[in-house]
Amino acid sequence: MEREPAAAAEEPGPPGRRRRREGRMRTVCSNLQPPPGAEEPAGKGAPRRRLRGGAQHLADNRLKTTKYTLLSFLPKNLFEQFHRLANVYFVFIALLNFVPAVNAFQPGLALAPVLFILAVTAFKDLWEDYSRHRSDHEINHLGCLVFSREEEQYVNRFWKEIRVGDFVRLRCNETIPADILLLSSSDPDGLCHIETANLDGETNLKRRQVVRGFSELVSEFNPLTFTSIIECEKPNNDLTRFRGCIIHDNGKKAGLYKENLLLRGCTLRNTEAVVGIVIYAGHETKALLNNSGPRYKRSRLERQMNCDVLWCVLLLICMSLFSAIGHGLWVQRYQEKKSLFDVPESDGTSLSPVPAAVYSFLTMIIVLQVLIPISLYVSIEIVKVCQVYFINQDIELYDEETDSQLQCRALNITEDLGQIQYIFSDKTGTLTENKMVFRRCTVSGIEYSHDANAQRLARYQEADSEEEEVVPRGGSLPLRGGTGGHPSARAAHQSQSSRAHRRTGSRSEARRVSMLTELTAFSSPMEKDVTPDPKLLEKVHECGRCLASARHQEHPLDHLSPELSDIFDFFIALTICNTVVVTSPDQPRQKVRVRFELKSPVKTIEDFLRRFTPSRLTLGGSSVGNASMAAKSAPKASLLSTLANDGTLLRLEERLGPGAPRLASNGYSSAADNWAAEQSAMGPEPGPELRYEAESPDEAALVHAARAYSCALVGRLHDQVSVELPHLGRLTFELLHTLGFDSIRKRMSVVIRHPLTDEINVYTKGADSVVMDLLLPCSTDDARGRHQMKIRSKTQNYLNLYAVEGLRTLCIAKRVLSKEEYACWLQSHLEAESAVDNREELLFQSAIRLETNLHLLGATGIEDRLQDGVPETIAKLRQAGLQIWVLTGDKQETAINIAHACKLLDHDEEVITLNAESQEACEALLDQCLRYVQSRSPQRTAGSLSVGFAPLCPPSEATASGPSLVIDGRSLAYALQKNLEDKFLFLAKQCRSVLCCRSTPLQKSMVVKLVRSKLKAMTLAIGDGANDVSMIQVADVGVGISGQEGMQAVMASDFAVPKFRYLERLLIVHGHWCYSRLANMVLYFFYKNTMFVGLLFWFQFYCGFSASAMIDQWYLIFFNLLFSSLPQLVTGVLDKDVPADVLLAEPQLYRSGQNMEEYRPRTFWLNMADAAFQSLVCFFIPYLAYYDSDTDIFTWGTPITAVALFTFLLHLGIETKTWTWLNWTACGFSVVLFFTVALIYNASCATCYPPSNPYWTMQTLMGDPVFYSICLLAPVAALLPRLFFKALQGTLFPTPLQLGRQLAKRSPGKFRAPRETSAQGHIPEEARTKLPGQRSVSVARSVSRDCSSQVSQGTWQPACSPEAGGEPSAVDMGMPWREGTLPDRLDSQPSRSSSPGPVAVEGCPGGSRMKPMSASRPAPLPSVFSVPGLSSLNWMSSLSLVSGLGSVLQFSRSGLPMDKHDSDFLPGSAPPDQDLCDLSGQTTDCF
Amino acid sequence: MAMNYNAKDEVDGGPPCPPGGTAKTRRPDNTAFKQQRLPAWQPILTAGTVLPTFFIIGLIFIPIGIGIFVTSNNIREIEGNVFMYYGLSNFYQNHRRYVKSRDDGQLNGDPSALLNPSKECEPYRRNEDKPIAPCGAIANNTLELFQVGNASDLTPIPLKKKGIAWWTDKNVKFRNPPGTDPLEERFKGTTKPVNWVKPVYMLDSDEDNNGFINEDFIVWMRTAALPTFRKLYRLIERKNDLHPTLPAGRYYLNITYNYPVHSFDGRKRMILSTISWMGGKNPFLGIAYITIGSISFLLGVVLLVINHKYRNSSNTADITI
Repeated sequence: MEREPAAAAEEPGPPGRRRRREGRMRTVCSNLQPPPGAEEPAGKGAPRRRLRGGAQHLADNRLKTTKYTLLSFLPKNLFEQFHRLANVYFVFIALLNFVPAVNAFQPGLALAPVLFILAVTAFKDLWEDYSRHRSDHEINHLGCLVFSREEEQYVNRFWKEIRVGDFVRLRCNETIPADILLLSSSDPDGLCHIETANLDGETNLKRRQVVRGFSELVSEFNPLTFTSIIECEKPNNDLTRFRGCIIHDNGKKAGLYKENLLLRGCTLRNTEAVVGIVIYAGHETKALLNNSGPRYKRSRLERQMNCDVLWCVLLLICMSLFSAIGHGLWVQRYQEKKSLFDVPESDGTSLSPVPAAVYSFLTMIIVLQVLIPISLYVSIEIVKVCQVYFINQDIELYDEETDSQLQCRALNITEDLGQIQYIFSDKTGTLTENKMVFRRCTVSGIEYSHDANAQRLARYQEADSEEEEVVPRGGSLPLRGGTGGHPSARAAHQSQSSRAHRRTGSRSEARRVSMLTELTAFSSPMEKDVTPDPKLLEKVHECGRCLASARHQEHPLDHLSPELSDIFDFFIALTICNTVVVTSPDQPRQKVRVRFELKSPVKTIEDFLRRFTPSRLTLGGSSVGNASMAAKSAPKASLLSTLANDGTLLRLEERLGPGAPRLASNGYSSAADNWAAEQSAMGPEPGPELRYEAESPDEAALVHAARAYSCALVGRLHDQVSVELPHLGRLTFELLHTLGFDSIRKRMSVVIRHPLTDEINVYTKGADSVVMDLLLPCSTDDARGRHQMKIRSKTQNYLNLYAVEGLRTLCIAKRVLSKEEYACWLQSHLEAESAVDNREELLFQSAIRLETNLHLLGATGIEDRLQDGVPETIAKLRQAGLQIWVLTGDKQETAINIAHACKLLDHDEEVITLNAESQEACEALLDQCLRYVQSRSPQRTAGSLSVGFAPLCPPSEATASGPSLVIDGRSLAYALQKNLEDKFLFLAKQCRSVLCCRSTPLQKSMVVKLVRSKLKAMTLAIGDGANDVSMIQVADVGVGISGQEGMQAVMASDFAVPKFRYLERLLIVHGHWCYSRLANMVLYFFYKNTMFVGLLFWFQFYCGFSASAMIDQWYLIFFNLLFSSLPQLVTGVLDKDVPADVLLAEPQLYRSGQNMEEYRPRTFWLNMADAAFQSLVCFFIPYLAYYDSDTDIFTWGTPITAVALFTFLLHLGIETKTWTWLNWTACGFSVVLFFTVALIYNASCATCYPPSNPYWTMQTLMGDPVFYSICLLAPVAALLPRLFFKALQGTLFPTPLQLGRQLAKRSPGKFRAPRETSAQGHIPEEARTKLPGQRSVSVARSVSRDCSSQVSQGTWQPACSPEAGGEPSAVDMGMPWREGTLPDRLDSQPSRSSSPGPVAVEGCPGGSRMKPMSASRPAPLPSVFSVPGLSSLNWMSSLSLVSGLGSVLQFSRSGLPMDKHDSDFLPGSAPPDQDLCDLSGQTTDCF
Repeated sequence: MAMNYNAKDEVDGGPPCPPGGTAKTRRPDNTAFKQQRLPAWQPILTAGTVLPTFFIIGLIFIPIGIGIFVTSNNIREIEGNVFMYYGLSNFYQNHRRYVKSRDDGQLNGDPSALLNPSKECEPYRRNEDKPIAPCGAIANNTLELFQVGNASDLTPIPLKKKGIAWWTDKNVKFRNPPGTDPLEERFKGTTKPVNWVKPVYMLDSDEDNNGFINEDFIVWMRTAALPTFRKLYRLIERKNDLHPTLPAGRYYLNITYNYPVHSFDGRKRMILSTISWMGGKNPFLGIAYITIGSISFLLGVVLLVINHKYRNSSNTADITI
């Protein structure tokens, strides 16, 4: 395939030639244009020449994550290996052996172990790099369509061949290969949808727009004619920003925004085909720039071990130094005497003491090198590989559904799993399945519990968890796009569509389906098949019947009772108040549209006039049309002129009324025709399969729910929504405006014209916290108002109930606009839309103006289904002392809801919500919270904050009881600033759990990094999407959830699990085992080597410190590597200190790993002391036994070696907790191997192996009874103390682990059963009651439980309720607290401090909250809080702490159940528009 | 120790593998090994479980100790062969450079090594351009030791020169240079070690005990492990079973002082001893066994008391953190 010789896009030339800002810009133009400079039209010469200038070096699209090439492998790998200090050391020692004066061993022999170790490691690295290379290769060779100049069409090319400036054509469901500027779309409106799940984890569809100027093209986009030049930013990692401009040939510029850019890694959805030009490729794409590079991970244990290795080095140096000095003195003593045994130098002169000491020092280092265990690293690698193997093989970590088991991708951090203190979890897809399911709703104050629906959901749960057979998740798998790119998908779809098939699908089929579901958004059968509540369904049908009969009358809706009318509107709102796109499976988005004359939304006043004028034959028609043309060119002027003409406007509207029916038929005449047909197709699943593609899963859930009530969304265009209704057939609503969702308003609205009534309706759907405040104030005078009030309070109660159940709640409301109101609003809205400067802010205000005086229709409860076992897993992990933080990109309400659902937040604990709009506010808030938290726990001194944090403060303290912290992305950004991070951390550390909402990938990683570095804590990050990649990489242990949202997270992770719940077993069982095994093995290694070296060292006292060794050099060098290595490897791999069942049943055993109980400095030094003692025994027993005998040096050294071996094995025996046949075999093998090797070695050569020349030594010894008696005596004597103290400690001060072991032993069968129950999250009762340490906690819990139960009985009323007025404390607390008052208050109520301030934080429910308060106060800071959204929760209690700042600290108690008194719900006067405008005005500053 | 085989059945641990096995799954094998469910003995170290070990050790060690001790003490009665040792103290034969300073090849009769000894022998490798045989420091300061004579006008006790070295040393490790010539010829071209009075081929008149295979030489070349050592010098063989080898009486030992040890503050000794099955007289092992056995027994008693006292609490022990 021929390429352009040079991509015509390049970096700007040398600096200084153009403006400064060029340094930050990149210029891209088409690759298809002839090479620059050939025949340039004069006019374009300048820019082109500039392009030619600079050295051009743009990354191509090749992905390369490997570290080595074939050539560079050896040097680079060696270089990296020598980063490990130990390797340098070993090589140094080996090389030292080549110096004749100091050599202790045969040089070649000394080099052997080092080379062996380097080779093993190099091989491992090679293998790892090769697997990376393979995955790169796979990605690089994905195909896509690139326009070729030669063939003048799109041809298939590999991803890696894509260059900047290429034109790429993408079809539906294809993954975007590079960052591409969208130039053309098959969508008539120049739109396309992408799914960014791979990038930010959000599975909703995001809309992208063709670059302005290209969307108007009528004919198909032809890349050959593209001559414009694109200027844009240099590659950067900001996913949310893209700026640039496109310069056309004629010199015109058009801006480029984020909406124009398709990002690599996203998936094209819902659009047949798009064409774009590549802007950034390969490693310069935003997706890859967001991946901070992989980090060499070293486990904490290994770090600690390295520290101890350094101690050993120090010890070694000390010993050598001691020996050297000793030798110097010795030489001095005997030198002048010319003693016979003092061998002179080769030249005959004898060494003077100082050089002799120096030589002795160096030789000692060689001889004692065993102290630094060279086999330690190899053994650890081997053990880790085996541990990884066993983790992989664990059948309990195997997921039947996806046929995947746990993968360990990092080989060297298994033991870190046993020491985790903090878990950072993504939410969507990690904790939840990311499947939203409509669960229940309440309309007009009546709750429809949808019991059948609940049962259905429960059935899914069972089917998921217990059944062997596979339930394909994409049961009725929708097909995307008409390109036919996935024939297998079609097949799968057909085979899966029937229910009967669903149960019999083979596994491979299931796998294929699950693979395919990755391609689709969210429409599992579970979400689609909503079982309607019979009562409500009946009402809906009644409603439909009524309307059908009354449809041709003047005001059809008036014939309905208010309740039915609400129900009708409720379902209409569910159906249309969203941005769901409808497609049918067999064809791409329908293009044929029944257009209204003008595109919607209403863009100008002229539109409005025209549309609302009964007939287009009016005179104004053409002139208005002209005016609208004029308006486009000069919007402001024309608008003003039109607005000035108020009189006409009103006059026109007066005529609207009578003309309405005729106009209405505009939308619904067609529907009347096929009414009959629709009748037959009615039911939960109407005729053709329709697919809903929504921006967020809950929108889809609502639409599906409405459809279950035969209220189906059948089509959506920009200006109209078609709905199928029972008995009514298809109604087409004219869509006037869509006011999209934003996180500040927390609601969205649509403005439609109702085809039946021709009224202009606003349907609003939003968080209950905001919508409830926006309701039309109703008077208490008339019956109707009272009724309304009652409905509201009931609804509120149900909302609370939903929230307690962990459902996501949404309120649905409606507002009927009169024509005047609409016109009035439209005027300002259009003004806002056409505003140049702060358009967004104005639009925001405009939306707020519209969404007031609402009429509450009802509320829904949606379940974001958690994955199986998530709450149980979280409970276990918490019990295990892990702190769990959830970092999510989702909005706050969702996050909190999920947190409740998965028991991360308890309903009886308080929640600190941190939402700050500025640095200062954030700081003040943090201070407040800190003060509060500290006052809650008086035992903690305030001073500790300034001092910093105790680095290894066990998190168990903090987790015992504490508030939970919820922080949003913006506040997080402030809190992560250098000056605030300490405070933030300190606060977070006190909290039981932390939720970070709306956080970016980078923020996630920053949080993890902060905790890691500041708290010196072990962190684990778990996530499933590419947005979690950087977090996963930063954490000590990164876990990816496989198979949900692409493989990016998995690729970056150290471990990949199929589901979140497997984390429990991975950490609590395998993590613990791995840590315990490795810790014990490392300790054993140190012991072993110290003991062995001790033998040599003691000998120095009897050989004149001459660095002589009584142990044969072969034994010395290979003892560790051969004779004593296997048993400890077997133990290191297989030993189970506590059985898995007990570990799972008693998760608190995990804390031993967190607190490093098995391997801490004290243990290390005790271990070393024991080693010293044992070596003394093992040296002096043979010494004394052979004192003044005729034994020779190596005949004496061999029994010592044997004694050492036996001692090692016995020592290991004491340390081994489980003896399988493998352990026995290994020990036996070790002994046999030693004697066999010794015998063979000693018989092999009569004159070899100088100087020891051990010929026939072992054979002689075998005939010597003293040898045997020493071998029996010395090990026993050496190990008696250890065994004794172990027994004492095991009896008197048993560790939790030992108790666990005893527990398992006493009742071996008991823990089989609890495994099942433990899965449901409760510990065996016996265990719980006997945990003295936890007793206090549970007492505290029970106290708080009491409190909440009291509250639920209505004893403690919220402060505002009249009944509670009698309780002074409650009233007190109802008032805003100034700074400093809080601690006092709390101190005055010590008895209640254990329950998380239930009374103290009672706020007023309902609307009389801080909003009016803060609005009425002059804010000293320009910043303004955003009201923390706790959705349903914050009505209960919210309290302004720093009202002066306008910031709000909110303590919520979610456990507060709803009150039965209707009068409790006293909505405050709806805040005037003015305030809201102020608010939003200041808020949008911070956008 | 608690012996409790925790034998978990292989089959009951999990659901059986899916029948049929239609498609190859990644499901791990459900074997005891892969699932880490191998039957295992799980000892728990507490006073109760460990104390039998201590008692057993005590019960075994004390009798062994007594046996060894008695044997060792019986050595005094000079019955059977009497071994005559010379002892040296403060002589560092185990010095690193000293130990190395030899050429086993040469001692094994390798002709090339004979004329070109190993570098390890420096500075006792060559003398006056002739290779030293035997080379090295160990050999260099030997022979004068052997000038122990028993010239006496009393009845000389027959001292056996042969059989004092290891059989393998004498027959395998140490060999004279090959050939059938007289030794002098075979050692031609070499010179005697500096300190030696006689060349190596004149150590003994017995052809079988001359040159490198002279047993006194071989014994010396086996470097002692510790600075205080003894080396076997002669054997006094028992003539018959009725009389002690050395009946009570006065013996004279005539020693020529030509190996000064005062230079290294050493001492020379001459030891006459018999050996038992345990070797030479050394009461240490017996005492050590008795001591360790007693300590073990005592610790066992301590554990017994502790176990008795804390049994109840340990039985109800539970995990506390």
